[in-house]
Amino acid sequence: MNMKFTGTKKYIATDDLSMAVNAAVTLQRPLLIKGEPGTGKTMLAEQVADSLGKKLICWHVKSTTKAQQGLYEYDAVSRLRDSQLGDDKVHDISNYIKPGKVWQAFTADEQVVLLIDEIDKADIEFPNDLLIELDQMEFDVYETGEQVKAKHRPIIIITSNDEKELPDAFLRRCFFHYINFPDKDTMQKIVDVHYPDIQKQLVKYALDIFFQLRDVQGLKKKPSTSELIDWIKLLLADNIPLELLQNKDIKDNIPPLYGALLKNEQDVDAIQRLAFMMRRQLK
Amino acid sequence: MLIDFFYSLKETKVPVSIQELLVLLEAMDKNIAFGSMDEFYQLSKLCLVKNEKYYDRFDQAFGAYYQGLKTREDLTQATIPENWLETEFFKNLSDEEKAKIEALGGLDKIMDTLKKRLEEQKKKHAGGNKWIGTGGTSPFGHGGYNPAGIRIGGESTHRRAVKVWEKRQYKNLDDDCEIGTRNMKVALRKLRRFARTGLTEELDLDDTIKSTAKDGGLLNIKMVPERHNAIKLLVFFDVGGSMDDHIRTCEQLFSAIKSEFKHLEYFYFHNCVYESLWKDNNRRYDESINTHDILNTYGDDYTVIFVGDAAMSPFELLYEGGSVEHDNTEAGNVWLKRIKEKWEKTIWLNPVPDDYWRYTQSTQIVKQLFDNKMYPLTVSGIADGIKYLSK
Repeated sequence: MNMKFTGTKKYIATDDLSMAVNAAVTLQRPLLIKGEPGTGKTMLAEQVADSLGKKLICWHVKSTTKAQQGLYEYDAVSRLRDSQLGDDKVHDISNYIKPGKVWQAFTADEQVVLLIDEIDKADIEFPNDLLIELDQMEFDVYETGEQVKAKHRPIIIITSNDEKELPDAFLRRCFFHYINFPDKDTMQKIVDVHYPDIQKQLVKYALDIFFQLRDVQGLKKKPSTSELIDWIKLLLADNIPLELLQNKDIKDNIPPLYGALLKNEQDVDAIQRLAFMMRRQLK
Repeated sequence: MLIDFFYSLKETKVPVSIQELLVLLEAMDKNIAFGSMDEFYQLSKLCLVKNEKYYDRFDQAFGAYYQGLKTREDLTQATIPENWLETEFFKNLSDEEKAKIEALGGLDKIMDTLKKRLEEQKKKHAGGNKWIGTGGTSPFGHGGYNPAGIRIGGESTHRRAVKVWEKRQYKNLDDDCEIGTRNMKVALRKLRRFARTGLTEELDLDDTIKSTAKDGGLLNIKMVPERHNAIKLLVFFDVGGSMDDHIRTCEQLFSAIKSEFKHLEYFYFHNCVYESLWKDNNRRYDESINTHDILNTYGDDYTVIFVGDAAMSPFELLYEGGSVEHDNTEAGNVWLKRIKEKWEKTIWLNPVPDDYWRYTQSTQIVKQLFDNKMYPLTVSGIADGIKYLSK
């Protein structure tokens, strides 16, 4: 049982992140993860499940998701329909109770990892409605009077993009970790695990350009880790010669295949203008 | 064992409760962090802090606790503008000088003096031996040398290597700093949420009937998300003089979410609202609008936000003819009262940090006129204001 998460072959976890995961696993409390988009929040749950050898159950939250849907749903409409058609199923109400993701996680035969993805997308009351369920790991099905209790307390990982503030009562029950944007060393490791055979030179140049680009003031959406990985993939696929990257200063040279890094028309425009201005000054 | 630490967190206004402390102790008990200060730092941050905006305060408190230095509330960074403390030069002192400084008195005495100095001092200072600044021999500031000194900001030059918590990398995430490009996004989100209060599902009756009929009488219920952006907003900006930068930020903020509100109108004034306002700052003298017209045009279901520093001569507020620009027949506070009477939901956002409000008489008067609904122009200030408006 006492396994430690230290990152996986595909995922670099910093010390404090591994500490967060291990604390959540040991103390059996949910772990709330926040951070810039693209820093691998959702990925974390997959990797934790992978490295601990457990099944992953994902609950992706949308703006219309209700807390109840995670527990179970009572399909009254199809019961009504069945009664109109005279189906025999109609007499047993449990035929119309559909277990949600939380139920599945609670009743699984072995401990699972439950990911509640982007909890901030839902209504403000959503986290509040799950307080007891996540704390006690049990809930009642009112329609049948059945009580669902967790056989093995699942490892719960919750991600948030901070679109809504989460209620204090909810936060108090979670561990909280903010994934910082990785520094150059960590980034080098991240690239290494994704492309182990890639030339050292290429990565170095690519990283230089990437961090320079992140430093440009006023970009609407700064490129993040996932964009960097995509970009390197493209560079490799296209066999971009090293010399093209060697001209490192983005101010006088727009990086090749920049579309993978910059996702916003205005940002592309801003970089092009910046490059143009620098070139003119040099002349 | 960690009681002192817990209270020093409380003092730096990191919201912590006993429950979190107990979790931390439980985690220590289970040997999750053992024998290393770095691990303890990570673990305590994990257990005690629930929002990245408090990371900076936590780092400060942790640093203070770690060095056995008690943080006092008048010592936090926020009260001292940072440019006082940029290291401009560094000097080493002779032994006699060091001895002299030691004679200044104990820690408590120095703290008291610091408090007094902070109140007296309004300008940036470097060198010398009295004021707070950099590189001098005054006991306050950093980069200088005083054996009984208190370090405020900057990296310690006479002490050990810089630790993680001294980097203060989360400073930009603190929600008490003023609105800039960095935290604009957060402020936007708050306003957007204000614009769309209550998004729920409702029964789409037409579609339900249609679908049920289509299915030959079998019930087929259709739901649609409720559309609800009913907030109508008037914003009054103070322009001219020191306010312009703040106003620009604020204009950007509101125009970015213009489409989210049902109605959103801007008006400009200078220092205080009088009988006329204008919509285009370049042509304010040609195209001014009578304030009475505005009062009559917009219904009382509008919400009103003023943005300005409310710092002016009290004459401008209280006396007829007190305006700096023209001969007004009615005093400024009469107009402000009229607006407040017409629109009950009115707040004032002030870019000046709220610690300074009490030094300006006019700010006090305006604040009273608005039933104390004056908020600093920070993310948390906006959040508080909106909370009041959406009640």
